Amino acid sequence: MTTKDKYKKVAYYPGCALEGTGHAYNRSTKAIGKELGLELVEVENWNCCGAMEVKNIDPKIQTYLSSRVMSVAANEMDMDVVMAPCNGCYHNLKKAEYDLANDADSAQVVDRLSKKAGHKTYESGQVETIHALDWIKDTIGEDGLRERVKNSLSGIKIANYYGCMYTRPRHIFPEKDSGPGSESTSKPHFMDDLLEAAGAENVDFPLKTACCGGAHTLSDSDTSTKLVLNILKTAKLAGADVIATECPTCHTGLEMHQIRAEKTLGEKVDIKILYFTQLLGMALGLKPKKVGVHENISDSMRFLKEKGLA
Amino acid sequence: MPIHEKSLIRPENLTTHDELVLDGVDVSGHWSTFIESRVVNDYNEAMEDEIAALPGGEYIHRCWQCGSCTNSCTVHAINPDFNPRFWIYLIRMGMESELLRDKDIIWQCVSCNKCTYACPRDVVPEGVMKATAHWLEMKGHTPKSPSMHFDEVFTEQIVATGKIEESRTIRRFFKRTSQGLMQPWMVEMVKRMLKHLPIGMLTRMGLATLVAPRTSNWSNAASAIQEYIDEQHAEQEKALSLPELIDAAQKDAAA
Ligand code: SF4
Ligand code: SF4
Ligand code: SF4
Ligand code: SF4
Repeated sequence: MTTKDKYKKVAYYPGCALEGTGHAYNRSTKAIGKELGLELVEVENWNCCGAMEVKNIDPKIQTYLSSRVMSVAANEMDMDVVMAPCNGCYHNLKKAEYDLANDADSAQVVDRLSKKAGHKTYESGQVETIHALDWIKDTIGEDGLRERVKNSLSGIKIANYYGCMYTRPRHIFPEKDSGPGSESTSKPHFMDDLLEAAGAENVDFPLKTACCGGAHTLSDSDTSTKLVLNILKTAKLAGADVIATECPTCHTGLEMHQIRAEKTLGEKVDIKILYFTQLLGMALGLKPKKVGVHENISDSMRFLKEKGLA
Repeated sequence: MPIHEKSLIRPENLTTHDELVLDGVDVSGHWSTFIESRVVNDYNEAMEDEIAALPGGEYIHRCWQCGSCTNSCTVHAINPDFNPRFWIYLIRMGMESELLRDKDIIWQCVSCNKCTYACPRDVVPEGVMKATAHWLEMKGHTPKSPSMHFDEVFTEQIVATGKIEESRTIRRFFKRTSQGLMQPWMVEMVKRMLKHLPIGMLTRMGLATLVAPRTSNWSNAASAIQEYIDEQHAEQEKALSLPELIDAAQKDAAA
């Protein structure tokens, strides 16, 4: 099977954020999957991957939590690809995969906890974890998108924001720096490629993988606000109308601290924040509601109307 | 002091005398500013091993002080006092009192892993920051940081239910850190959220708060995880000699 076919039906791991603040991302991911004829089978009775917080308490517990998700996909659903749209989930599953393959202690703890919890221990290599970007890029690709675009995104200037967890640390994503056509950990470009195929104009944005301070969004809000403000202003200076996101935590972080910067520092940066799946969905002819634009905190309806997308 | 090195000397180590004559020479005033010599004699030799025993600190011994971590650091860019390379140096030298000067900002590492990306020695400085912040708390040098409270609230919820329901996590976190939920920017955010949400969505969110999502058949996993966490805590405390310390203190109190 080529990569293309293998990704056409994948186990879908939405993660907690996509059931809460990131619901628009969930909605738009499912909507474009349906539109493009890709099948998403949700991981049955999934649990949280452990996020950053559990890792801080104990990294091996986070490895276990992520491994359980992969174990369900592999052993109970017989799937070999897990697709996670959340950078946090994607990163954690990749990290668990790496730890299980390279660290005997982690493998032992995971085995012990899995047995006690009463499910099969996940063995490294049973599934491949991919991000929503890989999913679209490898099944439909730029050419496929170009053929399907009904409402070109032309005239929309976009700064693509990938955040930290999609590329760092690089050792857990060996495939990313594997030569021509692959994603890069220093200058990721998959989101740029897809949006450009849908007609958008990508601006030269130097902060693609900058950090928004998401780890302390509530526990050290002033730091997060400063970091977000820097990202928003830089995107604006680069000439962007929209920041495209591919992670619910990054997305919500930008939206929250855009408001916080306005309220606490009096700094208002007028830039729209949309998930790449929302932009692609509208390019494919879906109505803004279908891709959850009304569920975003930042309001972009008037802008979308001006651009002929709503 | 008209020399550029002034920035390298702490103000409390600089002395200017209004009237001082030494061996018949007048050394008063600005031009005869003295720098007090600094003596370090309180090395804590156990510090590096203790931090290395906590999760994330394992590879601290590999550091060769190139400074790439500090150079690439997100927090360093907004606060020059945040300096992972320097702290790793102090820890490895055992210079505890020097490290304690920065104790209240170490937890502010945002885990962006730029340092991990840049480090040529695979030290994982991000992990060292977490281990150091834990060490400071376990040794009682700092109170629990807001970030630690958040991690705990979050982890407790996962152990209990297998999943995170955000609004509940946020409410518990604010309660634990005694912050008001009604901060103006939060109110504004919720206001904007409500503006566009259809009633159906609101009900769905309300239901999520009432009927918190959970993974079914989770209880065995929950008890296995809790058991593991407790075990690890006990081991870490042992590595930091905390039980012995408590024992000694109790004996001391009884005597
Ligand atoms: S990374 Fe976030 S969204 Fe993903 S499962 Fe973990 S907590 Fe949930
Ligand atoms: S950019 Fe922010 S939310 Fe996104 S991964 Fe980094 S810290 Fe997390
Ligand atoms: S980058 Fe690595 S080797 Fe260099 S100073 Fe930092 S921790 Fe040490
Ligand atoms: S992970 Fe922490 S120490 Fe490392 S670069 Fe980011 S903020 Fe700095």
